[in-house]
Amino acid sequence: MSVNYGSHRTVVGAHYGMRDWLAQRVTAVLMALFTVLVLAQLIFTKGPIGYELWAGIFSPQWMKSLTFLVLLSMLFHVWVGMRNIFQDYVKPYAVRFVMHVFAIAWLVACTGGAIEALWRL
Amino acid sequence: MSESAASTAKKRPEFRNIDGASLISYRWPLASLASGMHRVSGAIMFFLMPFIIWMFDNSISSEISFLKFKAAFNVGMLGLPGFVWKLVVLGLIWASLHHFIAGMRHLWMDTHHEHVSKDFGRQTAAVVLVLTLTLTLVLAAKLFGLY
Repeated sequence: MSVNYGSHRTVVGAHYGMRDWLAQRVTAVLMALFTVLVLAQLIFTKGPIGYELWAGIFSPQWMKSLTFLVLLSMLFHVWVGMRNIFQDYVKPYAVRFVMHVFAIAWLVACTGGAIEALWRL
Repeated sequence: MSESAASTAKKRPEFRNIDGASLISYRWPLASLASGMHRVSGAIMFFLMPFIIWMFDNSISSEISFLKFKAAFNVGMLGLPGFVWKLVVLGLIWASLHHFIAGMRHLWMDTHHEHVSKDFGRQTAAVVLVLTLTLTLVLAAKLFGLY
């Protein structure tokens, strides 16, 4: 088998390049900042955390928009991550293809559910 | 090239990408353990995503659904006792802590190539593992009402 890495790498249009790599990191930073923002509001609260406080974190319009952005970031971040896992461990192309389709369907359905829950608040 | 050199060269093992079986036979130095766990923790959160969204939905929707959310862990849900659901959540706590902290390490390594070395990799992996397990234990104690 010929060498397929470094300068001999076969370049194909399958997003092996910079774009997804960078997007995964940018979305990671976004989600990390969001996590700190939410956790900070819980940690600096005295006493038990009730419904009012918890739901109150997500109820302002700007927080809904931010959470929406983070959900979309998560969708793309997890897609890149799961695709990497499948590409590394699932060798038969047919099986890998089915798993990729499953991952996309799973993620889109989950993201939709989360957005629905967010906007119901 | 001599005959022996040629045959030695032929015998050298060629490592391509790893497969499922080699996962078990591999040695797991700390850096690869932290990296492998990063994948495992990500996959766990991927597969438990519907449960995470169920928790998010019920915890924010209304006072009543919030009580339902709490009851799942105190009384139980779907025929499973509360502590089973607490264990699932504990798994998620570990996964998110590990993914977060190990992710920070990866981001640092991506942006600070001058620091990256074998020693740096091992030491920071140890920090990630110790920090993650300590925080997981602290939160586990909280989850099961020890304090």
